[in-house]
Amino acid sequence: MERRKTPLWNAHKQLGARLIDFGGWDMPVQYPAGTIKEHQAVRRSVGLFDVSHMGEVYLRGPNAREQVERLTTNNVASAPAGKAIYTLLCRPDGGVVDDCIFYKKSDTEFFVIVNASNTPKDVAWFREHVKFPCDVVDVSDETALIAVQGPKAVAMVDALAGGTLAQLPSFTFAETTVAGVACTVGRTGYTGEDGFELACANGDAVQLWSALLEAATPLGGLPIGLGARDTLRLESKLPLYGNDLDDDHTPLEAGLGWAVKLEGREFLGAERLREQKRTGLTRQLVGFKIDESLRAIARHGYPVVDRTRGAQAVIGTVTSGGPGIIVGGAIGLAYVPVANAAPGTQLTIECRGKDVPATVVSGKFYKRS
Amino acid sequence: MSSFPADLRYTNDHEWLRAQGTSWRVGITQFAVDALGDITLVDLPKEGDLVTKGQRFGTIESVKSVSDLYAPVSGRVIAINTTLKDSPESVNTEPYGKGWMIDLEPTEKSELDELLSSEAYTTHVSAQ
Repeated sequence: MERRKTPLWNAHKQLGARLIDFGGWDMPVQYPAGTIKEHQAVRRSVGLFDVSHMGEVYLRGPNAREQVERLTTNNVASAPAGKAIYTLLCRPDGGVVDDCIFYKKSDTEFFVIVNASNTPKDVAWFREHVKFPCDVVDVSDETALIAVQGPKAVAMVDALAGGTLAQLPSFTFAETTVAGVACTVGRTGYTGEDGFELACANGDAVQLWSALLEAATPLGGLPIGLGARDTLRLESKLPLYGNDLDDDHTPLEAGLGWAVKLEGREFLGAERLREQKRTGLTRQLVGFKIDESLRAIARHGYPVVDRTRGAQAVIGTVTSGGPGIIVGGAIGLAYVPVANAAPGTQLTIECRGKDVPATVVSGKFYKRS
Repeated sequence: MSSFPADLRYTNDHEWLRAQGTSWRVGITQFAVDALGDITLVDLPKEGDLVTKGQRFGTIESVKSVSDLYAPVSGRVIAINTTLKDSPESVNTEPYGKGWMIDLEPTEKSELDELLSSEAYTTHVSAQ
């Protein structure tokens, strides 16, 4: 089957990107600079990401607010207009359908950005669970999304938007014109850096991308592939659906309790999450670090083991892992029993037949200054 | 597609070998490097170790993935590139130079006849 292309596919080719199949999309995994330099550019200056493969959906109707209230774990429906809010969509059993950002435009209109690979599933989920007359309008195929992230991102985009964006608070959005292109701009991202995510019509994407790239290049900025997108989000301990989040783990187990607001609310999964909170967790997602001197990297799927348990040695699983590009050594996330989850706990991870010690660490691996 | 140096021999596993007296220097090809991306760790055997053709002699970790290194021929490891411990990126920047991995003294000379020429390797890579 032919891979799908974003409106910026030609631009990536011209920049010399290496393209890979990512959930049916032909996406840049890295540009000629390579993942490490791209990662560093975002930490030190600014990076541009084509994330047009992600899905965009409107929930619209006079009853939209109550539908959104029922679908989201976070306080999305009751938020003031103009907020961009991270939330989980949960099943009644507490498993995660997806994690996404809801832009509240008004009580009757919400704009949702969802994970690329989950778009059809999420749209079906919305259609199944919203009640008439709320409409579910999937605009993924006509919408491009570009993320601009890094310490120099805000001033750079602000200058292209006539000074309308620097004052935009974190996790809010605005409709404005950037480089002559009408955009919905959220002060959001997936790198741990400050910056924006800009949604525009497919037909305007090349104009916007070119203007952003022209502004970024003199700042030492780079276009960023999916390789660095993954290392950046992991360093900032941001979960990835399909790795760290899935149908089989609840947001509480994933350490996303801050995005689960149970008080006085009823939403899909609330009952189960309340019960889990009452009875306590048995397992949870933790961050771990492997010392640089051990020269080992624990990756997705590697078992966490306790050799004192003999044949039942496997106690958990690594869900994401890779080199700590800024922080050194190797870093990762793993589901482990709560008894092994306290910061400072020594874990053992079986890395390709070799037992490697790792230490549970709390908080982000990298925190911007 | 980059071209592959004509003075080297190659394997289907994307390794190159360069004759230097009685020993052969071993590294990985530009094709392998491009596919791996930025290399962050290279684990090599010890000097004096014996390796068997087709068996794992080391591992190479890039940002995204981990791959085994397979011995192109059987032999004794007479030198390893110790600079890769601190500068694994040499494999990315100079795969046929500073990014070499081990020097092998073959024990089964006949295995050398099975190595690919640069033309044969180019054909192999084109088919991937």
